[in-house]
Amino acid sequence: MEEYTLLRQIADSWGLLVMFVFFIGIIAWAFRPGSRSEHDNAASIPLRNEDAPAPRTGDGPARKEEARNPQ
Amino acid sequence: MLNYIKLIVLGLIALFAMIAANYARDLAYMIHAIIILLVSAGMFLWVLRRTDEPATLHPQTEYMDGVIRAGVIATALWGVVGFLAGTFIAFQLAFPALNFDWAQGYANFGRLRPLHTSAVIFAFGGNALIATSFYVVQRTSAARLWGGNLAWFVFWGYQLVIVLAATGYLLGSTHGKEYAEPEWYVDWWLTIVWLAYLAVFIGTIVKRREPHIYVANWFYLSFIVTVAMLHVFNNLAIPVSIWGSKSVQVFSGVQDAMVQWWYGHNAVGFFLTAGFLGMMYYFIPKQAERPVFSYKLSIIHFWALIFLYIWAGPHHLHYTALPDWASTLGMVFSIVLWMPSWGGMINGLMTLSGAWDKLRTDPVIRMMVISLGFYGMSTFEGPMMSIRAVNSLSHYTDWTIGHVHSGALGWNGMITFGALYFLVPKLWNRQRLYSLSMVSWHFWLATIGIVLYAAAMWVTGIMEGLMWREVDANGFLVNSFADTVGAKFPMYVVRGLGGVLYVVGALIMCYNLWMTVKRSPAVEASVANAHATPAE
Repeated sequence: MEEYTLLRQIADSWGLLVMFVFFIGIIAWAFRPGSRSEHDNAASIPLRNEDAPAPRTGDGPARKEEARNPQ
Repeated sequence: MLNYIKLIVLGLIALFAMIAANYARDLAYMIHAIIILLVSAGMFLWVLRRTDEPATLHPQTEYMDGVIRAGVIATALWGVVGFLAGTFIAFQLAFPALNFDWAQGYANFGRLRPLHTSAVIFAFGGNALIATSFYVVQRTSAARLWGGNLAWFVFWGYQLVIVLAATGYLLGSTHGKEYAEPEWYVDWWLTIVWLAYLAVFIGTIVKRREPHIYVANWFYLSFIVTVAMLHVFNNLAIPVSIWGSKSVQVFSGVQDAMVQWWYGHNAVGFFLTAGFLGMMYYFIPKQAERPVFSYKLSIIHFWALIFLYIWAGPHHLHYTALPDWASTLGMVFSIVLWMPSWGGMINGLMTLSGAWDKLRTDPVIRMMVISLGFYGMSTFEGPMMSIRAVNSLSHYTDWTIGHVHSGALGWNGMITFGALYFLVPKLWNRQRLYSLSMVSWHFWLATIGIVLYAAAMWVTGIMEGLMWREVDANGFLVNSFADTVGAKFPMYVVRGLGGVLYVVGALIMCYNLWMTVKRSPAVEASVANAHATPAE
């Protein structure tokens, strides 16, 4: 088979399918149940650590505390 | 030890540049060899003076802001240079006498036009992207930039690319590919600088102290990775000689055209859109002091945008030798792009919900909001112009120029100005900007300038498109090309005036930022410390 034809067939069959499924998967993943608190936490990232890097220790609990009360 | 290796390398480069200047086959190459000689010799002395001195410290408890300060200055400086060049060539089109006889071959429209586009896109926009991405990736990763002084290499290396590109255009060294004009050695150098940029950015993300990678960093990272890929493929060229600037493209004919517009449209999609969306997702929440409207929407926005943009390029090649299926594909993906573009715009605008009063009191947020307005407008206009039937009217007319400028001046320019107004007080430790009323002046001058520009180009673009296709009862064309040029004169003057307003606004911004650093009260130490204490 000619190289062009082969690539074209892969692109409009399996390639298309893989990308489409991947994309649908991302939407499903974003909307999965229980993702709200994680997304709220991520959304508040710009509102902390403005002046200096985070300290090495005590990352976990401090961050959760902040996430509940952003600013 | 490292410094000795640096000295050897710099010495070899300086030696090679001397030989190259001697053997140069064209003027641009010779001037570039001399520039590289001066830079590498200067660097040699600079490294020599610092050898066996204590090395620069990189305390991991502080952010690396020096390189960002330099980036902010470079952004403002190159911005004014690029806007001035654009305004000048706008008047060259209106008044051809400005293509001075004594500067023929160097400063006529054909030479200055790529200088303008590269200055605003790559010098102004590129420096804004590099500076803000370094700022954002540190704050959202809660970690200092990776790689020590590598970030400084990225900054100065990128300035060298700009200087080589700009001097090359004036002296006639060009690939002739839109937005990818620099010749082979500049392309190679940019590849090295860009990979260093990628390393700094990814290195900082890898050592982040936040578990999640904030969405702005996804946009920045997609911009850096995609631009690397586009740049390499579109500049696959074989130098005719290592002593000359001329090179020959590997692709030819319609393949070359397709690669060029795959590159060209994704320069718009990833450089001017994804990268600047990274800015939007950080600076709008910061200035509004509230988190982004919907984080879920931002995830979908990101993936939809990058999945769709990469296919949109062929809409630049309607009615050419490119197969119809390919240009139809580009057209369809361009139209589907309406969805993520407007989704992202709504996400940015709705971040202000509950804080709309800030629009009245804070001119900086007003600037950011109008940038989203122009983003929405130009991402509505673009897909419409990509439809084959509309394109048959709009292509090769000034409508395209108007579209590009409503996006570039409105979206990229305004969001960058907003980011600069946010960054300067933070980076120079000032309580506030020197003058908010100057920000308002800048806002209105720039907005009215863009409106004049875009409106003039709609009128002249549609007019010339209609004049080109007008035929009489016997099927003969009614207008000659010169007729359309004559008819466009009033709109060209209006466009130039719009440019003047935009430049004046940018100069007011530069003065305001300068005075902010000089005169605005500093943040008091105790306040700064209280602010810096992590809320644990």
